[in-house]
Amino acid sequence: MSGEPKPIIAFEDVSKWFGTFQVLRDVDLGIGEGECVVICGPSGSGKSTLIRCINRLETHDQGAVRVHGVPLGPGERLPRELRGKIGMVFQSFNLFPHMTVLRNLALAPMRNLGMDKDKAEETALAYLERVHIGDQAEKYPDQLSGGQQQRVAIARALCMQPDILLFDEPTSSLDPEMIREVLDVIFELTDSGITMVCVTHEMGFARKVSDRVVFMDHGEIVESAAPDAFFDAPREERTRAFLNQILHYEASA
Amino acid sequence: MIGPFRRPWVRRALSNWIQPAAIAGILVFAVMRGAENINYRWQWYRVDDFLFTSENGSWAAGPLVQGLFVTLEISVLSLVLTLVIGLATALLRLSSSVVGRGLARGYLELIRNTPLLIQLYVMYFVLGPILGWGQTTTAIACLAAFQGAYTSEIFRAGLRAIPRGQVEAGDSLGLTRLDNYRYVILPQVLRNMLPPLTNEAVSLVKNSSIVSVIAIFDLTTQGRNLIADTFLTFEIWLTVAAIYLAVTLALSTAAAMAERRRAGA
Repeated sequence: MSGEPKPIIAFEDVSKWFGTFQVLRDVDLGIGEGECVVICGPSGSGKSTLIRCINRLETHDQGAVRVHGVPLGPGERLPRELRGKIGMVFQSFNLFPHMTVLRNLALAPMRNLGMDKDKAEETALAYLERVHIGDQAEKYPDQLSGGQQQRVAIARALCMQPDILLFDEPTSSLDPEMIREVLDVIFELTDSGITMVCVTHEMGFARKVSDRVVFMDHGEIVESAAPDAFFDAPREERTRAFLNQILHYEASA
Repeated sequence: MIGPFRRPWVRRALSNWIQPAAIAGILVFAVMRGAENINYRWQWYRVDDFLFTSENGSWAAGPLVQGLFVTLEISVLSLVLTLVIGLATALLRLSSSVVGRGLARGYLELIRNTPLLIQLYVMYFVLGPILGWGQTTTAIACLAAFQGAYTSEIFRAGLRAIPRGQVEAGDSLGLTRLDNYRYVILPQVLRNMLPPLTNEAVSLVKNSSIVSVIAIFDLTTQGRNLIADTFLTFEIWLTVAAIYLAVTLALSTAAAMAERRRAGA
């Protein structure tokens, strides 16, 4: 159990529609400082939309979201000083293809943290070492494997020294043999004190790293529990059905 | 019998050099014959002086080269303005502002559905006097307004080709909108746009000849004046055409080389 640290992210009765389709239904969720929360659920269940509402790449239509104590109403974007504090890692990496790896990492700290070039590149190299690809600094993204690109993306987010890291299916577009290296890097971040919210289908990873697993279906939170309780004794029928579906094959294989 | 023509290098030589040379030869022959039939007296030796004049051993630009400089000056300045107008219009069209989109749309329709010559007359005889613009300013503004409308479509396509994830990545790193455009979006857009932008530059150089109707001493005006003085109609127009061709071919070649270098990087 993670106890009740003060929530750094809070959803209060949040709803959102895409046209007439409701993607989020009265979501209530508090995430404590330093907590690592995994969000899972079938595709189309609103997981990605939920975490994109945290850094306001999407805005909600009803209810309230609080990030770092800052209340965000419907349609409201994030104040810029907060945006840099919330890092995001995307399914498709979204590295800048026209810049070297080093420049990808150094750009935002130079523009937003007031670092000079040398300092920013020094920091960038340190983070590249931390994700085990210090030797790729001068390459361009398309010269790297998918796993390496995603690790660069993680290092790029870390360079802004975020308090919160959002992962939006970070391994879903990777070849199977590269998933591990990316998950390992994320796992190594769990003792950094950064609050992490991760949308993923990697249940083994969820069990190992998370403080809490949240299961979503049809835009609502069905169940939220510590990983052991979640996987061993799910309370809700829908959770059981979902886990059966995705774990069955792994277990029988 | 057919064997040698199947070899790649023979075929390449045929299509690259021999065919064009043959066609050029036929064309030259046709012009010469035509000229002969109307008893045209060729005086190519007089053309040198219109390109360069030498007095006491020092060279100076002749009227045609002077005209070329004016053409280049107008083309370069209006190209810069074209890019500004093109980008601004594209951003307006993609913006969420209804007024902005309407403005951009109105400008595009106006430019694309009226003749360039009329646009020039309207600017020169109506807008020019109102705004106190001289000939050169009017010419540059007119060409840029015309080409900017077409270039904006290229910018728009280029901007839309950038995946949304790029903008989101910049956003989530806390980049300002301006920084996001400056460092992330536009460099990628410009790289994709280089080939179509070259076409725009080539069009500009060619279209710039229209400014000869408002008494600017560009290449076309100089050519026409020379013909009025010397009656060397064939030689001068052929020379003027060749100069335009040289400029536009140089542009395309430079762009192709720049592109190949980028592709190699």
